[in-house]
Amino acid sequence: MTTGLRRVAITGAGTINPLGHSVPATLEAMREGRCGIGPLEIRDVDRLAVRIGGQVRDFAAEAHFNRQQLALYDRFTQFTLIAAREAIAQAGLDFAGELAARSGVVLGTAGGGVGTWDENYRHVYEEGKNRVHPFVVPKLMNNAAASHVAMEYNLKGPSFTVSTACASSNHAMAQAFQMVRLGMSRVMVTGGSESMLCFGGVKAWEGLRVMSRDACRPFSANRNGMVQGEGAGVFVFEDMEHAQSRGAEILAEVAGFAMSSDAADIVMPSKQGAARAMAGALRDGGIDPATVGYINAHGTGTLANDKTECAAVADVFGAHADRLMISSTKSMHGHLIGGTGAVELLSCIMAVRDGVVAPTIGYEEPDPECALDVVPNAAREAEIEVALSNAFAFGGLNAVLALRHI
Amino acid sequence: MDSEGIGRMTDVRDKVIGIIAEQAVLEPSDVRADATLEDLGIDSLGLVESIFAIEEAFDISVPFNANAPEESDFDISSVDAIVAGIERLIAEQHGRAGGA
Repeated sequence: MTTGLRRVAITGAGTINPLGHSVPATLEAMREGRCGIGPLEIRDVDRLAVRIGGQVRDFAAEAHFNRQQLALYDRFTQFTLIAAREAIAQAGLDFAGELAARSGVVLGTAGGGVGTWDENYRHVYEEGKNRVHPFVVPKLMNNAAASHVAMEYNLKGPSFTVSTACASSNHAMAQAFQMVRLGMSRVMVTGGSESMLCFGGVKAWEGLRVMSRDACRPFSANRNGMVQGEGAGVFVFEDMEHAQSRGAEILAEVAGFAMSSDAADIVMPSKQGAARAMAGALRDGGIDPATVGYINAHGTGTLANDKTECAAVADVFGAHADRLMISSTKSMHGHLIGGTGAVELLSCIMAVRDGVVAPTIGYEEPDPECALDVVPNAAREAEIEVALSNAFAFGGLNAVLALRHI
Repeated sequence: MDSEGIGRMTDVRDKVIGIIAEQAVLEPSDVRADATLEDLGIDSLGLVESIFAIEEAFDISVPFNANAPEESDFDISSVDAIVAGIERLIAEQHGRAGGA
């Protein structure tokens, strides 16, 4: 590298998820420790063994999109666009000319248009139809959301979609971070989205027998599995000097990032892989581990993840592991799979900007294998200098981002 | 138990052992009744796959959550325990329906 790395600011945030249809609504729910998980209301739910989920409720797509758009937008794309509109409005950017050419969009999703697959499989297999809607392919493709954001906002720079299961959003945001940091892009719209709460989507997860039938209770000794959620989180990552020169409000600095691969097992997590990703993010950002006050855990609520993650945190932080706070907001919004890192980054922004640490709700019994300060059941106020956001995907692909107070 | 009943139970045992043997890449004759899944080299993913095969073979539903095996009301401590559990579930789930 001949020139120095550029600093990266977050100047916009948007979301729609089971806790709220905007960032303020979501952060308020996180502060209050509200649960967005409830009985699933989907077709054929009576044929499912798992009947709870974090659904986006009171959502009328027609209020946001016209008829032509609805024909083209799967629910995961709809969520993305709603979140992107909020984020870009907050950033106050208008993409034209050179800025448009140097701005792009990188998003994460694990399944893309799962609902579109599901619906059209029903048509051809269950109902025996021999014709499907002409837009099935452009609607279900994993990059549909990124492309529609680019079209709506005239983003003409590097744009693509990243798919690494539960780490998709973190890997996507890492790409965006690197592009701005290296000076390849001035602004990147980034985050992720997921919407697989349909019969086929939930049925597939059910098969693994890692789903809870009653609640997501990360770190609690009586935890019994994960709960799926849906929604999107989108952010504006902007060159710090560019943001400062136009007087933009800066929500946080993206300070560091690392990724690692366990190269071990397709579903079981690895302490070493998780630890390497966390330690790598600290090294990448030149971050003193003692300044990390909060970790938004991957914290799925499965037996294996939570104890492995806690052991990895203890390895990386040593004695400081007992002083920092670690919580899993999946207890409130569920596991948004490819979109989860994006929605969870909001809790890191809340920690470093507002000094509020989101709780792990549903916590009932201490587990000696998760003996860290997991912020049980109630949010806490604290001055947080640096926050980490963990994502550890099936397939052993880990991605950790670090945010710094600005 | 009449001879037909005994025959059905032997059949269940053979089928379950066949499924476990296939998962463990062993001959059925090498699957000992007191063996644990660990002895047989079957990991959590292998267990979930075996349970799926058992459910399909006997048209039953096995209450097993990989996150809370001890709360699953289904003993997986040995091959014998698994066979006994499957026999009980077949009786419960098909017995009531007339022993189909």
